[in-house]
Amino acid sequence: MNGGHDLGGMDGLGPIIAEPEATEPLFHHEWEKSAFALTLATAALGFWNIDIGRHARERQHPVQYLSNTYYQNWLEGTVTLLLEKGLVSADELKTGKAVSPADADVLARVLTPAKVAETLGRGGPATRDVAQPPQYEVGQKVRVINQHPIGHTRAPRYVRGHVGVITGLHGGHVFADTAAHGDPRGEHLYSVSFAATELWGDDAPKTDHVLVDLWEPHLALVG
Amino acid sequence: MPHDGHDHHDNSFSETELRVKALESLLIEKGLVEPAALDALIETYETKIGPRNGAAVIARAWRDAEFKAWLLEDATAAIRSLGYMGRQGEHMAVIENTEKVHNLVVCTLCSCYPWPVLGLPPVWYKSAPYRARAVRDPRGVLQEFGTEIGADVEVKVWDSTSEMRYLVLPLRPAGTEDMDEAALADLVTRNSMIGVEMAKSPGAGT
Repeated sequence: MNGGHDLGGMDGLGPIIAEPEATEPLFHHEWEKSAFALTLATAALGFWNIDIGRHARERQHPVQYLSNTYYQNWLEGTVTLLLEKGLVSADELKTGKAVSPADADVLARVLTPAKVAETLGRGGPATRDVAQPPQYEVGQKVRVINQHPIGHTRAPRYVRGHVGVITGLHGGHVFADTAAHGDPRGEHLYSVSFAATELWGDDAPKTDHVLVDLWEPHLALVG
Repeated sequence: MPHDGHDHHDNSFSETELRVKALESLLIEKGLVEPAALDALIETYETKIGPRNGAAVIARAWRDAEFKAWLLEDATAAIRSLGYMGRQGEHMAVIENTEKVHNLVVCTLCSCYPWPVLGLPPVWYKSAPYRARAVRDPRGVLQEFGTEIGADVEVKVWDSTSEMRYLVLPLRPAGTEDMDEAALADLVTRNSMIGVEMAKSPGAGT
C-alpha cells in the first residue's frame, strides 16, 4: 500500500538528528522497554508472522504513523493484531481488566523466561524451497512492475517502473507481499541494482547506485 | 516539526505510558505474557546483544583473510561461528568498503537492522528523515555525519526490503598493522558498520 511508511525519496522531513553513539541510551523511556518486550512476546504466541506485523503498523493513518515514534508504531501494530486475532477485546483494552483468561491452547504458546534465549537465537528463518528455478540471472536487466497494491508490498514506490540490473540471487524466500495476507509462499529473491540517475534523474551522481531486494513477482525482463 | 523521537510530545508520551502500562497489566492478567520473560527480552538487548558483537566480526575479518573471504561468501555462517545468530540476523550479507566503493545501509519501509551484530537500532536510523533521504541523497546524509566521499568513489545504498540483513565491512584504518583483534574492535563503531561513518583511526579517541 502507498502508506505513510513508504518514505524513500520524501522531502521536507528536516535534518537527521543523531545522538552521539557513545551516549545514546538503548531505550529513551521506560515504556519503550515494555512496548518492545510486549511486541516480541505477543508475536511469539504465533498468531501472526513478521509481515502481518509490519502491515499492521503500516495500516495506520499516515499522519499518525509519521507523528508517532518507532515504539509508538510498534504499540499500535501490536494492539491492532491483539484485537483482530481476538486475544483481547475492545472492552478489556478500554478498562485494562481481563473479562476472561486466555484459552488453554493459547496459554500453551506463551513465551516463558526459559524459552527466551532459544526463541531469539532461532529467529524466523525466511528461506523456502521454490520448485521452479529462478527466472533471472546476474547481469540481466529487469523492470519493477508498476503496481500499487492496496495490501502489503515490499517493493517501495521509488523503484516501481524503473529498470535495474540483477546483481545477486538470495534463493527462495517467503514472499512478504502475500505472507502479510496469510500466504507465506516462497519466491526467488534478488538483489537489484538501480543507477541513482535512473531513480532520481540526471542530477544524481552518475557513480552511485541503490540496491533493493525484490522478489520475482515484482520484476519483468527488459528487452 | 523534525521528528527526533525523544524530547517532544510530552503529553502524548504520558498518554502512551498509561496505555502501555494498561496493556501490560491486561496481558499479564490474561496470562498471555509472563513478566519474567519480558524482563529477559529487555535484558538480552541491554547486556548481551549489541554493536560490540559486530565489531568483533569486523576485527576478525581485518586480521584473518580466510575469515574475511568466508564472511563475504557466507556471512550468516561466518558470523554464527562467532556465536551471533537469530532474530533479525537470520540471513546476513556483509558488504565491503574499498577505496572505490562506499556502502550505506537503510530500511526505507520500516527499520530493518541486523540485531545479532548491531543490537537494536539508534533513533536516527529509525527516523523518517534518514529513511527518506538515504536513498535519495546519500552523500548529503553522509555529510551530516561528517563523512565526505570523493566524487570518484561509488556510493552504494542498500535498502533492506527483505529479510536479508546488511553489515558494512569498513575500510581498515591505516597504521593498524600491529594491532590485535581487541584493539581493532575498539576502532569499529556502530555507525561505521551501518556505513554513515568511517572506522576510527588509532589514537583518534572517541
